[in-house]
Amino acid sequence: MKYLLSIYCIGVFSFLGYMQQEKPLKQSILDGEEIYQDFCLQCHLDNGKGVENAFPPLAKSDYLQNNIEASIRGIKYGLRGEITVNGNTYNGVMVNQGLDEEEVADVMNYILNSWGNKAENQITVAQVLEVQKQ
Amino acid sequence: MKKFTFTIALCSLFFSSCAQDHGPKIQDELGPKYIYETVVDGIDIPWGMTFLSATEMLVTEKSGILYYVLDGVKSEISGLPEIYVRGQGGLLDVTIAPDFETSKVIFFTASSSDGEAAGGHTALYRAELEGTSLQNLKQLYKGEGNTKKGQHWGSRISFDAEGHLYFSIGDRGNREVNPQDTTRDGGKIYRLNQDGSIPTDNPFYYEKGSKQAIYSYGHRNPQGMLTHPETGAIWVHEHGPRGGDEINVIGAGKNYGWPTITYGINYSGTPITSDTDLPGLEQPLYYWLPSIAPSGMAFSTSDNYPNWKGNLLVGSLKFEYLERLVITDNEVKERHKVLEGVGRIRNIKQGPYGSLYLGVEGKGILKIIPQPPLN
Repeated sequence: MKYLLSIYCIGVFSFLGYMQQEKPLKQSILDGEEIYQDFCLQCHLDNGKGVENAFPPLAKSDYLQNNIEASIRGIKYGLRGEITVNGNTYNGVMVNQGLDEEEVADVMNYILNSWGNKAENQITVAQVLEVQKQ
Repeated sequence: MKKFTFTIALCSLFFSSCAQDHGPKIQDELGPKYIYETVVDGIDIPWGMTFLSATEMLVTEKSGILYYVLDGVKSEISGLPEIYVRGQGGLLDVTIAPDFETSKVIFFTASSSDGEAAGGHTALYRAELEGTSLQNLKQLYKGEGNTKKGQHWGSRISFDAEGHLYFSIGDRGNREVNPQDTTRDGGKIYRLNQDGSIPTDNPFYYEKGSKQAIYSYGHRNPQGMLTHPETGAIWVHEHGPRGGDEINVIGAGKNYGWPTITYGINYSGTPITSDTDLPGLEQPLYYWLPSIAPSGMAFSTSDNYPNWKGNLLVGSLKFEYLERLVITDNEVKERHKVLEGVGRIRNIKQGPYGSLYLGVEGKGILKIIPQPPLN
């Protein structure tokens, strides 16, 4: 009986542990692609190149690579005002899309690993949770 | 290899011939010049607007704020329902009842997560405006089949001469399932009485299983609607995918074809269907190729803009200009580009004294003024 109970406990705890674990990067990128198609593609386009003078590029974007936290904040809460991306100035409004933390992490992982972009670290849900509105 | 290259060449020829521009070539505006004046500022996405009087208006901010504006000064209106802001959804159109002066009734559409399933759908609300608060709020309709998809909520509201209310819901990002099925919400124009009851002469009222409020179907994402100032017909424009934005004149029970027929292709460049015209499916009054992303329309019926009388003005969200269409006998004869570079237009309305007002992202509400101004 004790034996069965301990097996049960191990099962429950490993399940809980699994639930809290970050999903694998590969899965996060896949889920992020779906979010991208749904919420981002209309402005930033299929190829991540954006639209000149209107929507900044995500593909090979120096802003994205060098401002991970600001990018997360932009997706989470919206972004307005002047930013410089690859030498060009943009002064638009990106409104908050209503994504939850996991969706923000997924879409970040997708854009950081697409169109020639390559990120060293996976964006985690915890990291997104930490980013606050400014 | 050669064969392969040849196939590619043939394919690209096929697609490029599909993607040929359609309609009269757009021209620069000639004649009088037009400028604009900002009459309400500080709004990110002014989605809907309606005039209460010569000095008062209501404006929706998509993120979920309803403004009462008096002489350009805005105050927040309290008493809104909870709004599910996601993707293209949020607080959408607002309009006053035809008898507003006595009833103080307003109608608005918004994204709502009400219901069991996760996600949301478009809902229509009615309330009475008391100063800057809403009283007797009532949800008159809500699309069923909540989804977390961010796209295609619609929505615009208009009335016919008998006082029926029409409003739109987009296909909610599920084009294979919603628009062609009258038992499902999404991809439809709806027709209701102003108290929310369903008129018994609606086309699907007695059709078992169908949503009785549906008036027409096969729509993608209708974000423009008006009542024609002369014929009284309900005109709707909708966003196509890549290409194939449409203006449709709405008829009872009619099927406008999405996605069985379309002049557009997928954003990725792949085809959706090879058909643009099939029996039993309505053809648009006009379609745009390439897409301009139409975002609100209004007829100019006043003498304020001498060259524009009777013309249809349509905002282009994508190209950030106003398009003036000269239409005779239900055919677009000329297209003109006005206020180039004005910004991402969300809406256009004709005000009480015949002036035209634009809702522009990041700017607010702009009034179009002929230059030199008329006395």
